[in-house]
Amino acid sequence: MEILTQIFIQPFFDMIGDPILFLQVIWEGFVTGILYSLIAFGFVLIFKASGVFNFAQGIMVVFAALTLVGLHENGVPAYVALPITIFVMYALAFSVEKFVLRSLVNQPDIILFMATIGITYFLIGLGESIFGGEPKVMITEELLLPYGSITFFDDMLILQEIDIAASIIAAISLIILGLFMGKTRIGIALRAVADDHQAALSVGVSLNTIWVVVWFISGIIALITGIMWGAKSDVSFALSIIALKALPVLILGGFTSIPGAIVGGLIIGVGEKIGEFYWGHLVGGSIEGWLAYMIALVFLFFRPQGLFGEKIIERV
Amino acid sequence: MPAQNNYPEIILSVDQINLSFGGVKALEDINFDIRKKEIFAIIGPNGAGKTSMLNVINGFYHPQHGEIRFKGLHRKQMRPHEAAVQGIARTFQNVALFKGMTTLNNIMSGRNLKMKSNIFWQALYYGPARKEEMENREVVEYIIDFLEIQSIRRTPVGKLPYGLQKRVELGRALAMEPDLLLLDEPMAGMNIEEKQDMCRFILDINEQFGTTIVLIEHDMSVVMDLSERMIVLDYGRKIAEGNPDEIRSNQKVIDAYLGVAHSN
Amino acid sequence: MFYREAGQFKTTYIADQELFPVKQDRWGLLIIIGFSFVVIPVVANDYWLQAILIPFLIFSLAALGLNLLTGYAGQLSLGTGGFMAVGAYSCYKLITIFPNTNVIVLILLSGFVAAGFGLIFGIPSLRIKGFYLAVATLAAQFFFEWLFARVGWFYNYNDSGAIEVPVRKVFDIAVTGPIATTEARYIVVLSIVTTLALIATNIVRGRIGRAWMAIRDMDIAAELIGIRPLYTKLIAFGISSYYAGVAGALYVFTYLGAAEVEVFDINISFEILFMVIIGGLGSISGAFFGSAFIVLIPILITNLPLILGIPINAATVEHFNFMIVGALIVLFLIFEPHGLAKIWSIMREKLRVWPFPY
Repeated sequence: MEILTQIFIQPFFDMIGDPILFLQVIWEGFVTGILYSLIAFGFVLIFKASGVFNFAQGIMVVFAALTLVGLHENGVPAYVALPITIFVMYALAFSVEKFVLRSLVNQPDIILFMATIGITYFLIGLGESIFGGEPKVMITEELLLPYGSITFFDDMLILQEIDIAASIIAAISLIILGLFMGKTRIGIALRAVADDHQAALSVGVSLNTIWVVVWFISGIIALITGIMWGAKSDVSFALSIIALKALPVLILGGFTSIPGAIVGGLIIGVGEKIGEFYWGHLVGGSIEGWLAYMIALVFLFFRPQGLFGEKIIERV
Repeated sequence: MPAQNNYPEIILSVDQINLSFGGVKALEDINFDIRKKEIFAIIGPNGAGKTSMLNVINGFYHPQHGEIRFKGLHRKQMRPHEAAVQGIARTFQNVALFKGMTTLNNIMSGRNLKMKSNIFWQALYYGPARKEEMENREVVEYIIDFLEIQSIRRTPVGKLPYGLQKRVELGRALAMEPDLLLLDEPMAGMNIEEKQDMCRFILDINEQFGTTIVLIEHDMSVVMDLSERMIVLDYGRKIAEGNPDEIRSNQKVIDAYLGVAHSN
Repeated sequence: MFYREAGQFKTTYIADQELFPVKQDRWGLLIIIGFSFVVIPVVANDYWLQAILIPFLIFSLAALGLNLLTGYAGQLSLGTGGFMAVGAYSCYKLITIFPNTNVIVLILLSGFVAAGFGLIFGIPSLRIKGFYLAVATLAAQFFFEWLFARVGWFYNYNDSGAIEVPVRKVFDIAVTGPIATTEARYIVVLSIVTTLALIATNIVRGRIGRAWMAIRDMDIAAELIGIRPLYTKLIAFGISSYYAGVAGALYVFTYLGAAEVEVFDINISFEILFMVIIGGLGSISGAFFGSAFIVLIPILITNLPLILGIPINAATVEHFNFMIVGALIVLFLIFEPHGLAKIWSIMREKLRVWPFPY
C-alpha cells in the first residue's frame, strides 16, 4: 500500500501543496522543451523536403556552438565569429548535399538514415580535431544575451533571463520561418518538394538547391539552439546525447508535422521534468535519460502515426 | 475453351460486402459465389474495386459490412496469414516478390506453412529440420520444373525481367498448395508469347492440381478464353455476372467500358 | 586456376544445400578454423591476442547478432549496447548466485536473459517500422544504461559501482579473472563465437531465415503467404539479443575483466551498427569483416604515424577514428551498400574464372 500511495497519491499532493514549486518545475521543463522543439523542427524540415531522417541534427547543434565558441577562443570577436559560423553551416549544408545526398538519391530511406549516422560521427571527429575535446563555455555576454534572473512570489519562483530570451528567440525564429515558407518563392518551392519530389521536379524546381537550402536553414536553427543550450550548460559533444531526445519528440509529434514538433517538444520537456521531480526519487533518480523514450514508446501503441501525423493506408 | 462447369459445389461465397475508406466507397453490396475448381474472373474498368475485392477475400482489408464464407467457414475479420492457413494464395498486380532472395528461396518461402520443425533443430540444421527442408525442396523443384524456370533457380529475383518475376510469384503462390488462388493481373505488361505461356500455366494449374482460380485481367480476349464465369465491377458495384457469352452481350457492361453510363 | 567448381556435381538436394557447396570453400573454412584454434594461440603474442583478436571475435559476435536482426529481418536497432549490458550484468549476477557452476555455461545462459528483454523491446515492432522502431530501441539503450548504473543490486553494491570478474576455472585452467592467461581466454571466446556463428548460418538458410528475409523485403506479401509478422520479428529480436547478450558477457568476462556500465554506452551500439554496414547487411561473414575493419582502424591510426616517425597522442587518434569511420560509412553506403562481404564475393567470382575475364 505504501508504495502505491507514493506512486499514485503523494506526488499529486506535493504538486497541489506547493504550487509555486510545481510552476517552477513546469517552467524548467518548458525551457528544455523549447530546445527539443527547435531540434525537432530542424529535423522535420529536412525530413519533409528530402525524406531524410537526419540523425545528425543533434550533432549539428553542438558543432555550430562549438565552432562559434572555438573561433572566439582563438581571438575572433563575437560579431565576426557569428557570421563565420553561419557560413560554416552553409558550407556544411553544401557539402552534405554535394558529397552525400546527391550520390544517394533513390536509395532506401534506411540507407540515407545510416548515412546521416556516418555524418554524425564525421562531425564529432572533425569538431574535436579542430577545437579539442574539452568542454567550453558559451560566449553569452559577447552575444549580448541576458544572464540575470527574475524572481516572483518572494523569490520562490526563479526565471533565468536567458531562458526567457531563449523562449522569445525561439518563437521569433519560428514565426520568421513560417513567413519564409509561406511567402517567398523558395519557401513555396520547398513546400512543393515536401509534397511530391517528382511533381516538383517536373515543374522546374531544382531539388539540389532545395536540399542545400533546407540543410542550411536547419543549420541555422541548430546554431540558435546551440547558443541557447550552451548558455545553460557547457558546450561539448556530451550535449549530443541530450539532443537525441528530439527523436522521441518526433515520434510524439509525427515526423512530418511542424506544429507536432513544437507541441511534442513541450510535452516531452515538461513531462520528463515532472516525472523526474515527482517520481524519479522513487526509483533512484536520473530517470530523465530514458523517460522521454518510454513516453514515446507507450504513445506509439496508441497512435503510431503521432499526434499530428496522417494515418497511412497500405496498398498492395 | 474449358469444358462447362461440372462442379456445382461452392468454395467461396461473398455476401453483401461493403468496404469504404473514410467515406469513399470502394465496394458496395457485392455478392457472388465461386464454385470449386472453376476459373472465375473479376473484370471492370480501372478503379472499379477489383483489387480491393481480392484484398477483402484474403483478409488484407476488413469490410465494414458483409461476410465471406470460405469452405463453409464463416468469417468476419481475419488476418492475412490466417487466410493463408485456410488455403488462399495470391499474386499481385505489381509483383510483390522478396527481391533480395533467390528464385529458389522465394518459392521455398511459400512452403513456410508446411514446415514445422522447431528452432533447436533449425539451429543444428539436422534431423527433422534437414529432412523437412529436403522434402519441401523436392516439392519446390517440381514447381520449378512445372513453370520452366530451372535456369534462374539461383538468381536473386530483383535482377529478373518482369515476365519471369511474375512467373516466380506464381510459383511462390503454388508452393502453398492453395485451394483458392487469387491472381491479380497475371499478364499485365507481358508480350504475346509470355501471355500465352502464362495462360497455359493457369489452365494447367486448374486442371492438374484442381485449384480454384480467381483472376483479374484487363485483356478481354484472355479473360473470355480462360474463365468459365465472371463478374463485372464498376464504381464499386457489381453490374453483371455470368459466362463469357452472357457478359459479351450485356448492355450495362458495354456501357461501362465505353463510358456511356457515366457521361454526365 | 585452383578455385573451380567444375566436376563437382551434386546428386542430392542435401549436397546442394550444403553450407559451402564449393569444395575449396569448405576446405578453406576448415583450415581457417583449425589455424585459429591450433596455430594462433601458439604463435600470437599477448598484444595480438588481447588488443586485436579477442575484441575482434567478441565484436564479430555482437555484429552477427545485429546483422540477424537488421540485415536479415530488416529491423533496425540502435540498442545493441543495452542488450550487451544485460548479458554482462546477468552473467555477473549468475556467477554471484551460482559460484560453482561452469562459467562458460553461465555466459551462455546470460544470453537468454538478454533474449528475454529483447523480446519485450521487440513488441513495438508489430506496430511500428523503420525509423520509429530505431528510436524505440534507443529506449532500451538508455533504460539499461540507467538501470545498471543506479540499481546497486546489479553490481552487488560495490563502492566502485563496477563489476569485477572473479577467477573461474574450467578443467583446472583459469579462463576468467586476473590470473587467466590470454591464450585461455582467447580459446574460450573462439569456441563460443565459432559455435554461435555456425548456428546463425544454419538458422538463416532454413525456414526462419527465409521468413526473416521475406518480412524484410516485403512484409505485406510475407503475411499473405502465411508468415506471422509479430512472431517472426520477435524471434529475430530474441535471437539477436541472445547474441548481443553473450557478446556483452564475453566482453566483460574475457576481455575487460572489470567494467562499469559506461562501456556499453550508445557509442558501442553505433560501432556495432557500423560493423554491420561496412561488413555487409545480410551476410554472416560480413559481421566478421566489419568487426575486423572497425577494430583495426584505430590501431592503424595509432601505429601508422609512429612508423613514419610522427608523434600522435591518444585524443587525436580518437578524433581521427571518429572522422575516418564516419566518412567510411558514407563511402560504403554510396559505393558498396552490400559491404565488404559483397566485395569478397565479387573477388571470388573473378577467381572462379581466372585467368579468363568471364
